[in-house]
Amino acid sequence: MADVAIPRAKPQMSEDNAWTQLKHNRNWLGFWFMVPAMAFLIFFLAYPLGLGIWLSFTDTRIGRVGHFVATENYEWLWDDSIFWLSVFNTLLYTFVASALKFAIGLYLALLLNENMPFKAMLRAMVLIPFIVPTVLSALAFWWIFDSQFSIISWSLRHLGLIDQNINFLGDTTWARICVIFANIWRGVPFVAITLLAGLQTVSPSLYEAATLDGATRWQNFRYITYPLLTPIIAVVMTFSVLFTFTDFQLIWAMTRGGPVNATHLMATLSYQRAIIAGQLGEGAAISSAMIPFLLAAIMVSWFGLQRRKWQQGENND
Amino acid sequence: MTDLPASKVDLKSVLATPARVDNSEGMSYLQSVPRRLVTLYLPLTIIVVVLLFPFYWMALTSVKPDDQLLDLDRYNPFWTWNPTFKHFHKLLFESYYPHWLWNTMYVAICATVLSIIASVLAAYAIVRLRYKGANLVGGLIFLAYLVPPSILFIPLATVVFQYGLFDSPLALILTYPTILIPFSTWLLMGYFKTIPFELEECALIDGASRWQILIKIVLPLAIPGLISAFIFCFTLCWNEFIYALTFLQSTSNKTVPVAIVNEFVDGDIYRWGSLMAGALAGSLPLVILYAFFVEHYVSAMTGAVKE
Repeated sequence: MADVAIPRAKPQMSEDNAWTQLKHNRNWLGFWFMVPAMAFLIFFLAYPLGLGIWLSFTDTRIGRVGHFVATENYEWLWDDSIFWLSVFNTLLYTFVASALKFAIGLYLALLLNENMPFKAMLRAMVLIPFIVPTVLSALAFWWIFDSQFSIISWSLRHLGLIDQNINFLGDTTWARICVIFANIWRGVPFVAITLLAGLQTVSPSLYEAATLDGATRWQNFRYITYPLLTPIIAVVMTFSVLFTFTDFQLIWAMTRGGPVNATHLMATLSYQRAIIAGQLGEGAAISSAMIPFLLAAIMVSWFGLQRRKWQQGENND
Repeated sequence: MTDLPASKVDLKSVLATPARVDNSEGMSYLQSVPRRLVTLYLPLTIIVVVLLFPFYWMALTSVKPDDQLLDLDRYNPFWTWNPTFKHFHKLLFESYYPHWLWNTMYVAICATVLSIIASVLAAYAIVRLRYKGANLVGGLIFLAYLVPPSILFIPLATVVFQYGLFDSPLALILTYPTILIPFSTWLLMGYFKTIPFELEECALIDGASRWQILIKIVLPLAIPGLISAFIFCFTLCWNEFIYALTFLQSTSNKTVPVAIVNEFVDGDIYRWGSLMAGALAGSLPLVILYAFFVEHYVSAMTGAVKE
């Protein structure tokens, strides 16, 4: 024992020395370590973010340097019915898809948390829609929702439920339902697997105790599972809302904003105006208009995290 | 706490008939088999079938002969008895597809390696060097994670054009890290925090420099985290669409997702076979990678959320 104790005491003395010596240049050392990451983030993230806001106040086009035109782009958008339609579409898309993703994802997580055979394999299979590139699965949906050869129309016709093929992507209402469905399909695995990870940290003895006290399954969920999951739900849903709100690829691969702009989101509209039509300034104004919404989502996330700290720090056992 | 297991055992012995061996775990004995069928297996089967059906459909379409694809009345559309590899043949030998696959792979690997190097250094500095303002920088990096590509692509397009990177893979290699670095930095910060501080102190006393500590002690211990970050970043790169769509123009430079959407979608009524073959071939590398590293994927996904 003495042999162990003496070498342990010594390093603690010299360790202090080493640390005080390093303190002089630790900030510099930290700076050097941060250089590569910061260079990327400043040149290709922070600078473009600022540049985008600046571009939205100019009349830049592709191949022509723009001049400052103050808020002309925004005034123009204010009177643009297609822009407001895209705002409406984006909010509808985000709200409906996120709510359903949360409901189905939570339900799937609860199901996957049960004991059953092939549990690991099932969990792995559930995540596949998240792994496959969105554009490629969107193409599969495009084919599934084809106006003439849709397998869904075929099945419903043979079941005798409909007489004619449904024009899935050609009808405004159906097109919205289809893209929202595809988005939910893609987002559910992420929500389910992250919530499942949260569920697994809940101790089974809590349920056992509650069941002994006579709690029903619903009460178990409402008073044990849900409160313990709230912090993770807050974070997951912020991410989900954020990425649904700024979705681009799914829409672009399935409908390109059609029919009659019924599925145009702000992101797809800004691509169309900026890159295809060449009006960089106007496109930048549309994408800058997304920033307030994103800030709101980030605030929600922040408060969610704060609440979690508060729970862990004092209230939680 | 102590009387809980005891009471559980009591309840169990009362409920279970003595003749039957009770293999049930936890509270599962409270549910009968028919009840589990309706509340668990049925909904689970429906959800899993819906989640996997598009892939089945993709795979089936890619091997169906053209006449069966469009004739839904004479053939059962859910199966085919004479699969053909015509669509894959067309894909591999009559299009730029191998080229596109290579582009995607090249861009994804380069961008991932760059991001991992930058993130390892940044995460180590934030967690262990704890320089002045490290927490603030950590928070800023988290905020960067929340900036979506859809609001950056327009100004980035002008930046890329100014630097003369337009239509070159380098444009993607340099811009993808903005998506990957915030994510992998947060993931690696979580891993580095779990490595005992004492190991580094010992090395410091033995005269190791910070660089040596990082390379010889921290990194070998953080290998699971590095694998998670690597494959997740790789998947994100492979998935990325809007930058590749905006910054690349010539057909031979495109990545798989963009090329399939732009080059394969034409007026041809018989395009579906090769379109689905292309989509399947573009997804398979990721699915195979995923099959080998399921746990790493899950820990990457949940790790970044939990931190």
